[in-house]
Amino acid sequence: MPDQVGLELLAQQLGEAIPGSVLETTFAHGQAAVRVAPASVRTVLAQLRQAHGFRALMSVHGVDYYPHEPRLGVHYELLDMERVDRLTVKLRVGVAEAVVESVTADWPTANHQEREVYDMFGVHFDGHPDLRRILMPEDYEGHPQRRDFPIGGEPVLFTYNDATSPGWTR
Amino acid sequence: MSTRAEYRKREESITLAPLEEQIASSQVSGGGNVELLTLNIGPHHPATHGVLRLLVTLEGEVVRDLKPIIGYVHTGIEKTAEDKAYWKVIPIVERMDYLSYYFNAMAFCGAVETLLECEVPKRAQYLRVIHLELNRIMSHLVWLGTSALDLGAMSMFWYCFREREMILDLFEQSSGQRMHTRYFQVGGVMEDIPRGFEEKLREFIKIMPGRVDQYNDLLKRNEILLQRLRGTCPLDESTLLALGVTGPLLRAAGNPWDLRKAAPYTSYEDFSFKIPVGTVGDNYDRYAVRVAEIYESVKIIEQALDGLPEGPHITEDRKIALPPRHELATSMEALIHHFKLVTEGFRVPEGEVYYPIESPRGELGCFVRSDGSAKPARVHMRDPSFVNLQATAAMTRGCYIADLIATLAMLDPILGGIDR
Repeated sequence: MPDQVGLELLAQQLGEAIPGSVLETTFAHGQAAVRVAPASVRTVLAQLRQAHGFRALMSVHGVDYYPHEPRLGVHYELLDMERVDRLTVKLRVGVAEAVVESVTADWPTANHQEREVYDMFGVHFDGHPDLRRILMPEDYEGHPQRRDFPIGGEPVLFTYNDATSPGWTR
Repeated sequence: MSTRAEYRKREESITLAPLEEQIASSQVSGGGNVELLTLNIGPHHPATHGVLRLLVTLEGEVVRDLKPIIGYVHTGIEKTAEDKAYWKVIPIVERMDYLSYYFNAMAFCGAVETLLECEVPKRAQYLRVIHLELNRIMSHLVWLGTSALDLGAMSMFWYCFREREMILDLFEQSSGQRMHTRYFQVGGVMEDIPRGFEEKLREFIKIMPGRVDQYNDLLKRNEILLQRLRGTCPLDESTLLALGVTGPLLRAAGNPWDLRKAAPYTSYEDFSFKIPVGTVGDNYDRYAVRVAEIYESVKIIEQALDGLPEGPHITEDRKIALPPRHELATSMEALIHHFKLVTEGFRVPEGEVYYPIESPRGELGCFVRSDGSAKPARVHMRDPSFVNLQATAAMTRGCYIADLIATLAMLDPILGGIDR
């Protein structure tokens, strides 16, 4: 983990290389995180790989910060295997403008994980080669991991009640 | 209704024309009559190790493209976890990757302990290591048995499950359950190991390496196994890293990345063990690395048992862990703590944490976000099977379909972990 000073240095260098990209740094429980502007995430990740040695992207996951705004978050867990360093890159987008540039072209591992974030939170990844639902059925409506998604069961769709059951298409 | 109809339309509009053009123009096929066949494998197929569906595009017997379709056992565990107190989440996350339940519980408990900044007693850490490594052996045994079954070796299955039974008996002795044991708690483990556990574990430690020798005698130089695995579907280290693959698959390609060594957690730094690595990253290396890992796990268990420190098995912090039963009869405070913990659960300070550990299949990371209440605001598991599955297409493109089954076996995907 970069320590607090290391994180500030890194954020400084990142901000100089890509102006306006770094919004906030947090250092808690020994884990370093940078919050970046949603529009710059792809260049930030590329810069972190080239200049700072974070060559592996271990995880991409979504968070819903409801009731705080902007609500949706996407986290990228970066790893530097040589120095055994980890860094979390975070971004926040609102529900209405939930579009983030896809990083699948640079990091093939993000493919399925971005699809999962899209499926569960409804964040669209611009430039993703195959942005479809991955865990929920193709014709499902809504994004179930959002905090305001109603829980409490839904009718099971069978062929015989396909026409009568309100199903997912309520 | 409308969306369903739209979906059907989209489904019918899928065409193989671009792929056909690509193959017709390539030199490899010689420009002759090439016919592509799309074959659906699964979701219910014994060789897919769970409810995995594969859409395979074949040219004759050669795999040209592959698309995994998942979600058939999606149960919304991450969503369910948001509605439960922290200690009630443990049995739920254990059911994700159903062969490595101790690891799921460890990743979650580790994340919550990091948020709480709670110190886990040394004895609890050693007990965790013992159970984690037993679980690793158990998971590898199931993998070895079922994989050998895929390759046509029936008896391996019975041998592996015979040893697995010994491990499950040990789990039953320490926690009362054979699977999904809920043994790990936030702050330590549920109970100290009972009398008789140590003798039984020592017996297991004595027997197990000899049994793995027997498996090796059966398989290591087996003509059929060598022909099926050696040199098939290799993938180099840089491609694996780009695809985010970790664990035995990455180590088989020669990268000794193991979180137990690289970033030790739960006292792994106290033990001496080796990281088996492969050389070329073909199916045989994937097989050999996992089998070699069983020996190392046995070594770790032996060291942990020899050095098992005295002390409490769970943190003394009464705000997190339940007070001992006998205190309830005499102490009002213990009664209050007990009541608070059982009804509301403990509150966790606001924060976000990502806690990665080395599961039998690679990096298992647990992300927990707390909003200060007694329930997690978000739990996410970065499951290694989910990420590793993306490598299937890269591994098998250009291979025979029979090798696809072998590769899938060596990939060791657990669909409960993939779909969550």
